Amino acid sequence: MPSLLKRREFNLFVLIILLLIAVSLRAPNFLDITNFNYILNDTAILMMVAIGQLMVLVTGGIDLSVASGVALTGMSVAMLNQYYPGIPIIVIMLIALGIGFLLGSFNGILVSLAKIPPIITTLGTMSIYRGFVFVLSKGKWVSAHEMSEAFRELPRGNLLGISNLLLIAVLSALVFAFFLHLTRTGREIYGVGGNRLASRYAGIDTKKINYLVFALSGCLVGLAGLLWVARYASAQNETAFGFELQTVAACVIGGVSIMGGSGTILGVLLGALFLGIVNNALTVINLSPFYQMGIQGFVILFAIIANTLVDKRNRLLMLRKRKL
Amino acid sequence: MGDCILRLRDISKYFPGIKALDRIDFEVRTGEVHALIGENGAGKSTLVKLITGIYQPTAGSIVLDGKEVEFKSPNVSQQAGIAAIHQEATMFPDLSVTENIYMGHHLKKPVTGVLAWKEMKLKTRALLEKLELDIEPDTRVKDMGVAQRHMVEIVKALSLETRIIIMDEPTSALSLKEVEDLYKIIRQLKSEGRAIVFISHKFEDIYEIADYFTVLRDGKYIGEGRVADTGVDEIIQMMIGRSLKQMFPKQKVEKGDEVLRVENLSKSGIFKDISFGLHKGEILGFFGLIGSGRSEVMQAIFGIDSGTGGEIFIKGKKVRISSPGNAMSYGIAYVPEDRQLQGTIRAMNIRENVTLPIINEVSRNSMLDIKRELEVTGEYGGRLEIKASGWEQPVDDLSGGNQQKVVLAKWLATRPEILILDEPTRGIDVATKARVHEFISGLAEQGLAIILISSEIPEILGMSDNIIVMHEGLITAGFNWDEASSENLIRAAMGSSTN
Repeated sequence: MPSLLKRREFNLFVLIILLLIAVSLRAPNFLDITNFNYILNDTAILMMVAIGQLMVLVTGGIDLSVASGVALTGMSVAMLNQYYPGIPIIVIMLIALGIGFLLGSFNGILVSLAKIPPIITTLGTMSIYRGFVFVLSKGKWVSAHEMSEAFRELPRGNLLGISNLLLIAVLSALVFAFFLHLTRTGREIYGVGGNRLASRYAGIDTKKINYLVFALSGCLVGLAGLLWVARYASAQNETAFGFELQTVAACVIGGVSIMGGSGTILGVLLGALFLGIVNNALTVINLSPFYQMGIQGFVILFAIIANTLVDKRNRLLMLRKRKL
Repeated sequence: MGDCILRLRDISKYFPGIKALDRIDFEVRTGEVHALIGENGAGKSTLVKLITGIYQPTAGSIVLDGKEVEFKSPNVSQQAGIAAIHQEATMFPDLSVTENIYMGHHLKKPVTGVLAWKEMKLKTRALLEKLELDIEPDTRVKDMGVAQRHMVEIVKALSLETRIIIMDEPTSALSLKEVEDLYKIIRQLKSEGRAIVFISHKFEDIYEIADYFTVLRDGKYIGEGRVADTGVDEIIQMMIGRSLKQMFPKQKVEKGDEVLRVENLSKSGIFKDISFGLHKGEILGFFGLIGSGRSEVMQAIFGIDSGTGGEIFIKGKKVRISSPGNAMSYGIAYVPEDRQLQGTIRAMNIRENVTLPIINEVSRNSMLDIKRELEVTGEYGGRLEIKASGWEQPVDDLSGGNQQKVVLAKWLATRPEILILDEPTRGIDVATKARVHEFISGLAEQGLAIILISSEIPEILGMSDNIIVMHEGLITAGFNWDEASSENLIRAAMGSSTN
């Protein structure tokens, strides 16, 4: 990846450090290891779904159905666990992946074969998937006591003090970083987003790529759905309501272009972390919940503007250097 | 001859590295149709942009009604009564005729400032009736044909009390009947004392409607005169006026075996019955005006367009090419004409752009091998002398000429046997152009079979072994290198029978 993009991620990293310092001035225990571990666990799911969102955004699309997909997969596997508590958790994980894959594939087929613009397609499936949650649950929740021990413990179990939840998120990030940045298909995804026509001329099957990003995003959504209901030990009809916009925000803060063609996994991870820190900080410094949402919005806008401005300046400096 | 309204005196426009216009004199008079003639790249469009205030001259002056003026912006020029009707109509397809005509200068009611739609519609209707056009003011522009859109553009110009109307190839997309209607309107405008600047590649147009002409070539003023007193040959002579054959480094190469044979390739409404053969070591030139169907033929051969009839043979074997990847597997590479739109991926760096079509070759078990990518980029980038700070530089930061070299490098890296070049030197500076020409000749010497599409006569004449000319989707002529001349190329491209 060009050094320019790395620079952009570095900006965000600096911004996160500054944010951490600023918050810990007001709440000294903000920076202790327990709280930080909490923040990481709290953003793990966001990171996973945002990685899927990243792939769709890179091709120039958008996936608004991710939150509904999380809720639908979550409800499906929770009810499965409720009625068949004997099914091993590893099988449930595979089923969650499978459901997510199907949901994503449906989006992908509509976009690549039926040629419906991604924003329209996923606006539709966003409601459809959410609607299925209600149909499936008949409006009822699946609560903690209706879930098996193994199910609830999936995200909490740990290896050397690091939770399974965090491990799964890190593993997904590594797998997809490898896929996007080091494999042929990954390069083709960036190609299609950067210039669809030129990619077609270069012999790339643009339809296949279009389908693929939605299907992969779906897999991550499926896994995230399972982890979500297990972590909060409750599958509700409103699970992850509005979450799709957070995934888009994480991507945009992380420097992903909404126009397609650019964005990195590292950037998205930092973007998600930034959002997680802001959420946590607003609670820690005891701000009235009435203000939280608005302030969160301001901070997101500030981060994006600051990042873009610094980036522009760096780019200009680089161009000037080249001319000399 | 009418009174002079607008005069460009000794006017020049330079861009970095290019003299687009060099000391031009140009006069526009009332009640006269003044044809501006020249090949592609002669400077006609630049001249129009100076008159309409889109560009400002580097030197020289513009005189309007005897007073020196500066057209600092399109607005100033518009207020002076100048309007240009562009090749691709610049309109709002979802708005009505009335809304389009008054866009930017809506009429308002006196006190409230509310838009006076009723009045605008009445005036639009009056203008349409005056030109005897059968168009309703409420019709949406997207529901109208190309010809009608042109008429609406003219009506728009009239709504602005325009005195000078510039028409850039207005007849290129019109049918014969529509051209007749346009002529009628131009004559009417002329009789009202308006001045018309008329740009066209077609001699029929020029002799039918123009009174006076000015010829430009390579950004320079060549000559002017009354159309009625000047013959076609004389004008063609002025347009070309050079023997550039020696400027091109074309080497004679022994023709090898036939590698590509196309028979009766057709696509309804675009091109018809295209047949030709291409040999190893041959450069086959395709000449024609923009829109003559050359690029579309090549896109069909490269598998981009489906739904074509006819047959394609590669090395004597009949093939069906269904996708660009498919075409590449037969050793075909296509360098498209628009490098921004079809050539480069701007967010990517040089390395990533160059290796995109050969991404299979630079990866092992579907994993990218960046070292190998750099080797390939270095090899082809070096041969083409791409000037960059490194192969990791984004192509967005490169000059136009270097971007074009990246596109060439990208396709050469596929090691093709058949190379199709679509306007490979458009919009790049003279020095780079010469370098690219030399390079293309070298490729042919090495045995590549090359198809060269170009709208520039010197390039076609200087580079090609054989030349095919297309006009409105048909092959109208074929020449050997030694029998082709500027005159017969232009005649065939304009669809005029040899007279």
